[in-house]
Amino acid sequence: MRQLIIIGSGPAGYTAAIYAARANLQPLLIASSVEFGGELMKTTEVDNFPGFPEGIMGPDLMTRMQQQAERFGTEIVYDDVTELELTGDVKRVTLGSGEVHEARAVIYATGSAYRKLGLPDEERLSGYGVSWCATCDGAFFRQKKVAVIGGGDSALEEATFLTRFADTVYLIHRRDSFRASAAMQDRAFADPKIEVIWNNEVKHIYGDEKVTGIGVVDTVDGTETTLDVQGMFVAIGADPRTHLVHGQLDLAPEGTIAVDGRSSRTNLPGVFAAGDVIDPTYKQAATAAGSGVVAALDAEHYLAGLEDAEKAAAVPASV
Amino acid sequence: MSTKEVTDASFADDVLASDKPIMVDFWAEWCGPCRAVSPILDKIAEEHAEKLSIVKLNVDDNPETAMKYGITSIPAMYVFKDGEVVKRVIGAKPKPALEADLADFIG
Repeated sequence: MRQLIIIGSGPAGYTAAIYAARANLQPLLIASSVEFGGELMKTTEVDNFPGFPEGIMGPDLMTRMQQQAERFGTEIVYDDVTELELTGDVKRVTLGSGEVHEARAVIYATGSAYRKLGLPDEERLSGYGVSWCATCDGAFFRQKKVAVIGGGDSALEEATFLTRFADTVYLIHRRDSFRASAAMQDRAFADPKIEVIWNNEVKHIYGDEKVTGIGVVDTVDGTETTLDVQGMFVAIGADPRTHLVHGQLDLAPEGTIAVDGRSSRTNLPGVFAAGDVIDPTYKQAATAAGSGVVAALDAEHYLAGLEDAEKAAAVPASV
Repeated sequence: MSTKEVTDASFADDVLASDKPIMVDFWAEWCGPCRAVSPILDKIAEEHAEKLSIVKLNVDDNPETAMKYGITSIPAMYVFKDGEVVKRVIGAKPKPALEADLADFIG
């Protein structure tokens, strides 16, 4: 049986793997089949990860983390976890392929999934003008009008990125101020192609084959406006990916996995959690990486404790 | 990348005139999810070579075809049969999900 399995391949998962591998735990990391590398795989320049003064492309940063984890002996599997049994002393991880892996400890670092608006036509027009990835789809909106929904860092970053292609970017936010960082806001406000529409929510997405417009409603006075756009990019945040551990791990009121104080310890012995899945507040690549370190050190400590207990038990009782 | 590349120039011959169902993976270098799904498509192509061909079209180098089929989101995987689009799959998905989407052609 393995010592440690790490689930997730974002900054938290890979950093945990780097530390655990260097501690000779020979971790197995389950990276996911298509979402490996996590959220940064969908970004362009990352300018706030320390050590890269010129900035670095998100996918390149993640490839480097992966290589660093592998350099010290992490084994990586590109598959998805379909089932987890975390309650016993032996943790069982079932993959999409049907393979089952067992370990004495698990680090759960699955990050979060994009939130949807929840509109009836959102799914139908997804990929036909409705998008969750500006860097993937932005180039198809050259000289067109698009809308970005949201008010956080990712919404403003997407809006700024889309001005490379689109003629007009409507930035639609349901409040009258942004949560995004000051640097992001300054950049967005200074951009002549970005038009901010405050206090508005999307109520309709129009289009048969593809998006032809959206209907927004003023949250203050109820006025409805139709915007003629060909693309809509949704950036209204993300929810922690906890569905695999429901009923096994306790959740915090925010929906993240509950951990003990500043540690990564969950309610189950031998199960640790790290990164965005435990963090309702900061959600940065650098904080996730730090959280991965905490989890690896906690897991190492836990495994050392098990070994000590076994050694003590193996000593014959003195007569 | 083992899968064959098609272009604006070769599209009619390679895809529209194909005598068996053929899936075109519309992709680009800068698209992270495209890079993620690419090895999965290679594997599906290998496993079902007798039933379904899979080719790639770089949307940056071949904007004409991408525009003609109204591609606005990649990766976009369109299956053509007798020159017509018969199935659209959009976005990177795990192998079992893609195989389920393609069940009519590879099942």
